[in-house]
Amino acid sequence: MTTDDARAYVDAQIAQWREYVLKRTGVDAADADELESHLRDQAADLERTGLAPDESFLVAVKRLGAQHEISREFARVHSDRLWKQLVLSGTGASGDPASDARGRAEVRWVVGLAVLAAAALKVPALFGVAPGSDPGFYARNAALFALPALAAYFAWKRAAPIATIVAVAVSFVAGGVLVNAYPFVRGGQTEGLAAIHLPIALWLVVGVAYVGGEWRSRRRRMDFIRFTGEWVVYMSLIALGGGVLSGITVGAFSLVDVDTFTFVGEWLLPCGAVGAAIVAAWLVESKQGVIENLAPVLTRIFTPLFAAMLVVLAVAFAVSWTADAASRDALVVLDLVLALVLGLVLFAISARESLAPPGLFDVLQLVLVTAALAVDVLVLAGILGRIGEYGFTANRTAALGENLILLVNLAWAAWLAIGFLRGRRAFAASERWQTAYVPVYLAWAVVVVAALPPLFTFA
Amino acid sequence: MRLPKDLVAASAAPMVLGILADGESYGYAILQRVRELSGGQIEWTDGLLYPLLHRLEEQAQVEASWETSDSGRKRKYYRITTAGRSALADHQRQWRAVIDALGETWGDVAQAVARGTRPREGMAT
Repeated sequence: MTTDDARAYVDAQIAQWREYVLKRTGVDAADADELESHLRDQAADLERTGLAPDESFLVAVKRLGAQHEISREFARVHSDRLWKQLVLSGTGASGDPASDARGRAEVRWVVGLAVLAAAALKVPALFGVAPGSDPGFYARNAALFALPALAAYFAWKRAAPIATIVAVAVSFVAGGVLVNAYPFVRGGQTEGLAAIHLPIALWLVVGVAYVGGEWRSRRRRMDFIRFTGEWVVYMSLIALGGGVLSGITVGAFSLVDVDTFTFVGEWLLPCGAVGAAIVAAWLVESKQGVIENLAPVLTRIFTPLFAAMLVVLAVAFAVSWTADAASRDALVVLDLVLALVLGLVLFAISARESLAPPGLFDVLQLVLVTAALAVDVLVLAGILGRIGEYGFTANRTAALGENLILLVNLAWAAWLAIGFLRGRRAFAASERWQTAYVPVYLAWAVVVVAALPPLFTFA
Repeated sequence: MRLPKDLVAASAAPMVLGILADGESYGYAILQRVRELSGGQIEWTDGLLYPLLHRLEEQAQVEASWETSDSGRKRKYYRITTAGRSALADHQRQWRAVIDALGETWGDVAQAVARGTRPREGMAT
């Protein structure tokens, strides 16, 4: 290698090193300049002592110290930068024009889509459809304001293939046409069921956009499950802030006798919620590093609490079980609890390090799943009892299907968890089972939205 | 000699301020100077100097500007400020107190060793 070759090689190495340093949080372009200048000074001095350029570079890098240590120190000094770097990579902080431009474009997309979705919410009002005059319309179409924008964001962000974009768009149109073209009986069961299940189905369609069309990939499905949990966390945080803002607005303006109740109720809250759905997704995407630390903590706090609550609930129901106890309301509440538990189980699995050995937390998880299984069996018995007594209705059919789906999922999840705790199975088996099961939810939600209403004459 | 982390952390700021009190300088030259002054006894992890300089800059004890060197390379030069000089005076008072106290105790130890007794454990025997 001639000296010139060696120098070109070192320049390339330094460029690579610089790129690597910039990826670290806490280090900005000016810091990298300074470190690079140091590196070159050091290398030049070493060369003067007789080392070859590439050797000098290696020694200089080694003397500079471990990158994670340096970046941690930088981060400590410039803690104000962290948030900015994580979210607004468009501030020039990364020193890389291409990624800056993309960051800025992303902010524009997010803001644009959020505004668009919020505005879409108000379009029906132009045609005289207000929440007051037709509550059913907004209930049925609730998912059709925020979720298409969310899907569009992910389709753009992942540069999804055309086929995926078309499939997602067709799904949204089909869902929208279905719930609006069906002649639902106003306030009937099938209308309510469609209003609940369309968002579930369309959320999973958003998932197809989220994974950029790679919906067959188990790993990507798991990413989407994790995203869902984190999105819920961010939505709750934003909702909390929004609630405080609304309360203060109404309270403060009432002091000067301005009634903001209508503004808050019809504009601020609904439009804010729709916009927040997109902003929350963006936050999850940008702040991955931070939330990854939050997800395991949340599941560790709530898994034991839910496990304890479910065990008590299962025992209480088993002891005081009578035919009357299986009232409609009790079954609805229990189903809500089970849905929450399923969400928690999924989130916990997605947040867990899959190679970690079994621990106490996995035992708690098994307790949770087993208790949920017991509750599910009780609910199923209650539903079957009511079906035997009063016959099939749309609600009972939907509930029966959901609880059967849940029963199969929980039973097999418990079996896999036992195998894992006894060291017979890898944790990956549980992950595989849950990711493989996701399409079942989609299929059933579609059945409830599309098939049940005609079957029960839209009652 | 590798100093323990805590000792480096405690002594780095006074040392850097002391070097800058002699005139403006940049990171690499500061490190060279540290090596020179300690006769090669003190070695820092080079990269950790920069976060320290930035902290001093934030505390307005030093100020910095980018300048182009003769070789055409950009360098960030640091200068000590008035606040930096008074911080340096504080450091000097504190370190002198520590060094004096250490000298006193170790002077005792040295004398005790010379007498052949063990000063710390004398009570127990």
